Amino acid sequence: MSVLPVLDLVLIVLVIGLAAWTIVARDIFAAVLAYVAYGLLLAFVWIRLHAPDVALTEAAVGGGVTGVLLITAGKRLGALKASEAGAPPGLVLKLVAGALALLVAGAVAFAVVSLPTSAPTLAPEIAAAAPGPGAGLGNPITAVLMAYRSFDTMLEKVVLILAVLGVWSVGADQAWGAAPAPLRKPPPDGAMVFLAQILAPAGALIGIHIFWVGADAPGGAFQGGALLAAMWMIAMMARLTEPPRVASRRLRHALISGPAVFLVIGLAGAFIADAFFAFPPALAKPLILLIETFMVLSIALALPLLVAGPPNGSDEP
Amino acid sequence: MSLLVDLFSLASIGAGVFFFVAGTVGLLRFPDSLTRLHVLSKADNLGLGLIVLGLMPRADSLLEALKLLVTWALVLLSGAATSQLIGRALRRGRK
Amino acid sequence: MNQFLLAGAGLIIVTVAIGLARILRGPHDIDRLMAVQLLGTGGIAALLLTAYATKVPGVDDVALGLALLAAFATMAFLNLVDADEGGAGS
Repeated sequence: MSVLPVLDLVLIVLVIGLAAWTIVARDIFAAVLAYVAYGLLLAFVWIRLHAPDVALTEAAVGGGVTGVLLITAGKRLGALKASEAGAPPGLVLKLVAGALALLVAGAVAFAVVSLPTSAPTLAPEIAAAAPGPGAGLGNPITAVLMAYRSFDTMLEKVVLILAVLGVWSVGADQAWGAAPAPLRKPPPDGAMVFLAQILAPAGALIGIHIFWVGADAPGGAFQGGALLAAMWMIAMMARLTEPPRVASRRLRHALISGPAVFLVIGLAGAFIADAFFAFPPALAKPLILLIETFMVLSIALALPLLVAGPPNGSDEP
Repeated sequence: MSLLVDLFSLASIGAGVFFFVAGTVGLLRFPDSLTRLHVLSKADNLGLGLIVLGLMPRADSLLEALKLLVTWALVLLSGAATSQLIGRALRRGRK
Repeated sequence: MNQFLLAGAGLIIVTVAIGLARILRGPHDIDRLMAVQLLGTGGIAALLLTAYATKVPGVDDVALGLALLAAFATMAFLNLVDADEGGAGS
């Protein structure tokens, strides 16, 4: 495998170079583009580290959703063409910030370098325990997320919902309950509408496919949910559909359905299985898939709501 | 037979890589945004297309080969639509 | 054969990354967007080659997802370019 070390070196140099450019760029548009490119290359790095699940998540969330979030936020702030607003920070503040950043980076680097050479991993134990605690799942990552540390995974979705609440609370008082501003003000070109009409349904199918195969192959609820979120945002950007009203009961119920179903089944585990958040062995895989279905729904709703922003009384984006 | 398949893959993938190189050269050397846009679609269609063509005989099942085709079709579709949109934006003077 | 596929993937990544210089130079934002689009397509090609060279399961799914996400990100940036000039569009 003589070609791989060269490829790795090129990737490392590129990733560091793009990160530097992201920080140095004067114009926010260029900086966010460099950040998206950085996310794409980082996804490739994950592939080289034999982690396709993480690569898909990185491409979906790091490259796609975060890039769109930053660009939409930057547009709303109106600060896209000018990178300065207000007095620039003084030299002392810059030096202190730089020293702190260096300290944190050094600590992380030291921690990574001093890891034991044979990394501790649950994967062989999960593969051996597949019929039991591994819940019959072929993908060890899904088994860890849903069977071994399921409480953690549920709390992650709760954090997403709290973020959506935080974004909603930024809106003006009199606009509470209204819908967020549309993602695009002028009427879209025919080409954009065409693209959205074909891409959104095809992408939704692909998102569901990636979620479903996550039980036994790379994929899973978060990746599928992020793809579905991207497809809904495509439909909103082409103004095929508008952001929903924040006060809508159906929206709110669907949003919390993921962690709610997870919590209910986890609490029931105390009665129908050994412990809180345990699964009865015979029903484990179907229960996990049920929970994951609702989690996909929650994620697919929460991410676009984060991008759409706070409720807005007028039509001004 | 398998040697023939390997040679076909080799030729097709080599041609695909060539089109990606051509795409980069065009992106860096062409004088104008519209000309660079033209070059971009060559890399999308022919570059990825030839690589998909070269990989299809190596697929294990029909489903995998179809997945390759669907990937290429999506890139083709989005490339065509965004080229239109970029072209219109450039013509209206919004850069 | 696998070595050749991997070499092809590496070559595409290097090539497309050189095109990223357009992010630095491009006089207009649209040029920078085109460079990132080229990176996306090259990334998909390299991922497919790597999937067939190393036989790691799931990498072709990553390529499929990347195709969708590249289109998504490009649409969002184009929306911004359109909105910049006051939004009297069509």
